[in-house]
Amino acid sequence: MSRPRTEAEYLARLVPPSVAGIGRRRLLAGTAGAGALLGTGLLAGCGSDSESGSSDSKTVSLGSNQSDPTPKNVIAKIMDGFKSSSGIEAKINTVDHNTYQENINNYLQGKPDDVFMWFAGYRMRFFAAKGLAGDVSDVWGKLSGLSDAFKKASTGDDGKQYFVPSSYYPWAVFYRKSVWKQYGYEVPTTLDQFNALGAQMKKDGLSPIAFADKDGWPAMGTFDILNLRVNGYQFHVDLMAGKESWTSDKVKKVFDTWRGLLPLHQPDSLGRTWQEAAQSLQQKKSGMYLLGLFVAQQFSNDEQDDLDFFTFPEIDPSIGAKALDAPIDGYMMARKPKSEANAKKLLEFVGSKEAAEIGVKIDPATLVANSQADTSGYTALQKKAAELVGSATEIAQFLDRDTRPDFASTVIIPALQQFIKNPNDVDGLVNSIENQKKSIFTS
Amino acid sequence: MSDLPLIQADRAVPSPAATATSTGGGRGRRLRLLSRTDRVVITLMVLVPLLLVVGLVWLPALATVALSGTSWDGIGPLSEIEWVGGRNYSDVVNIYPPFVPAIQNNLLWLAALFVVATPIGMFLAVLLDKEIRGSRFYQTALYLPVVLSLALIGFVWQLIYSRDQGLLNAVLGTQTDWYGDPDVNIWAVLFAAGWRHVGYIMLLYLAGLKGVDPSLREAASVDGASEASTFFRVVFPVMRPINIIVLVVTVIESLRAFDLVWVINKGRNGLELISALVTSNVVGEASRIGFGSALATIMLIISLVFITVYLAVVMREDRR
Repeated sequence: MSRPRTEAEYLARLVPPSVAGIGRRRLLAGTAGAGALLGTGLLAGCGSDSESGSSDSKTVSLGSNQSDPTPKNVIAKIMDGFKSSSGIEAKINTVDHNTYQENINNYLQGKPDDVFMWFAGYRMRFFAAKGLAGDVSDVWGKLSGLSDAFKKASTGDDGKQYFVPSSYYPWAVFYRKSVWKQYGYEVPTTLDQFNALGAQMKKDGLSPIAFADKDGWPAMGTFDILNLRVNGYQFHVDLMAGKESWTSDKVKKVFDTWRGLLPLHQPDSLGRTWQEAAQSLQQKKSGMYLLGLFVAQQFSNDEQDDLDFFTFPEIDPSIGAKALDAPIDGYMMARKPKSEANAKKLLEFVGSKEAAEIGVKIDPATLVANSQADTSGYTALQKKAAELVGSATEIAQFLDRDTRPDFASTVIIPALQQFIKNPNDVDGLVNSIENQKKSIFTS
Repeated sequence: MSDLPLIQADRAVPSPAATATSTGGGRGRRLRLLSRTDRVVITLMVLVPLLLVVGLVWLPALATVALSGTSWDGIGPLSEIEWVGGRNYSDVVNIYPPFVPAIQNNLLWLAALFVVATPIGMFLAVLLDKEIRGSRFYQTALYLPVVLSLALIGFVWQLIYSRDQGLLNAVLGTQTDWYGDPDVNIWAVLFAAGWRHVGYIMLLYLAGLKGVDPSLREAASVDGASEASTFFRVVFPVMRPINIIVLVVTVIESLRAFDLVWVINKGRNGLELISALVTSNVVGEASRIGFGSALATIMLIISLVFITVYLAVVMREDRR
């Protein structure tokens, strides 16, 4: 997951790459021949011990981006479980989440670990198509408890599976039950009701919708859900794949709808982090907040029961409100693992219900993918989230996981921030996006 | 004399008498007078830095220029690199919205450091040079921002500038969106950058001031010069080498300004800088190496302008 989940990770993110040691990359990236050299750099450097021990057939190495304490603990416990069930020792090579993501290209082209953690979506299919990931279709033959939706999300462009899902979390509109009870608010099911609710919240002295986009990605969640509600899932997929035009009336309608909602959003969002926006919800200054399930981290343990959510209301009755963003995290296999048999055994285990149950016990911020796992340990919020995703007709990943990363980070982030600053020039904005899209997607 | 030990190498220099007698053919003779060890040492001293400069500076720079004509995404062998000619450059200028603000911000950065921060740093150095009480303390306090890690600096300013929870808004009772409002945030960041730059310049200048011959000042005061005219007419001209260093440091700092904006919002939304654009395109998941290289090349050209001016000045100096 690309979101900072704790204060510690947030602080770690503040370390600019130049300090974290990536600065050299800029220099080296200029050298045409540096590609191979780099792969052995930052990430693989951490895995040197796994290389030395890999000739032994009883080990397998795992590249993990789960650097926060709780998820890191989950991974460690799952690998312990793997060792006791198979006798194979998994060496975990944990790298800071953000660094991992930024270095993934070089990592995969160098000497990646046998199994590595990644997300479902466009980027997974892209690596598969480029031959940077191993085919794990036969592992899928042995997995049970994973729905067809997950299988679809794990399938590459060639119809083979390249990914084993482990956990996911939905995006929804979160609110505090106590606040809603106090003012007598009802969950809206249409855009009109949503607008009326927002107007009422304003009257009651609340910021209706908490909003933050300093880091650029949270606004993608708003764009995604509006696009899914206005134009539906298939248009979202085609737009992200570069097949649909950003200058079309459909995209303009998304921005127009958003412009109508902007007065309900917390002002000055471009200087605010999502943590600060979540805290305004926690402090009962805001009425609701569209974010991922990880918003719960900003609430103390005894406030968790007060947190509730609803899926974003319907905008077009012919499209409904059944699609949503629910990014999936999971595992992939390197193109040439040192021991393919061990790597596949590991993948089989992480997709199993035993591994899922370990996750249920330890981590309350995500949902496990395996439906056979005993989920009685879920919190009420987790149970409701699982139901929401279970009832979804289509599941999108997230804008930056569903499209090219260069397009998402260098075009969409500035464009959405531009829209928030100046929501009136939609034509100029979509033209600019379309021009850049054409240039990027044709290269 | 061919195997003279290194330590006696000075002897190879002709004695004053020898130079005096051979003014015509002095050049050739002096070369011959260098011992073999000397020649080996000199060759090494030239070759090693040359190789380093070529390998670590010029080759990557040329590779960047070459890559700026391609659409490479950092994946796959070099043979698959596709040549796109000047398309990256036309894209940068025509359809990349952050480019123009980035150029403007870099220039603004240069102007702000040059006009405000550098003079303040020099002024503080002059004050501290007066041996006022507690000057060590002030010196440390002013230099501290230069020593602190960037992560910490970013976090410190986040605590101050945060709109909802920041110190500044709490003290002033305002609701200014210091980091998010694109008309305000560049000034907020320039203040933070200036805060660091002042300390840096102060230390550089203070070191220079300590090296000024005290007798010059004594002579000036004997002649009845005021404090101000002593500084501007005696000390400042004497410090010319330091002044040039300070000028160069200021230009370099404003061209490579990067860290603060990157820590704040990755150089977006009003804080665009060319260096941040290069980084966000080349480093990280985006991997628009060709496009990012085009931006880097533009940055290189801008730097070259300043370097050329600097070299021209220094060389003219040497010739005098």
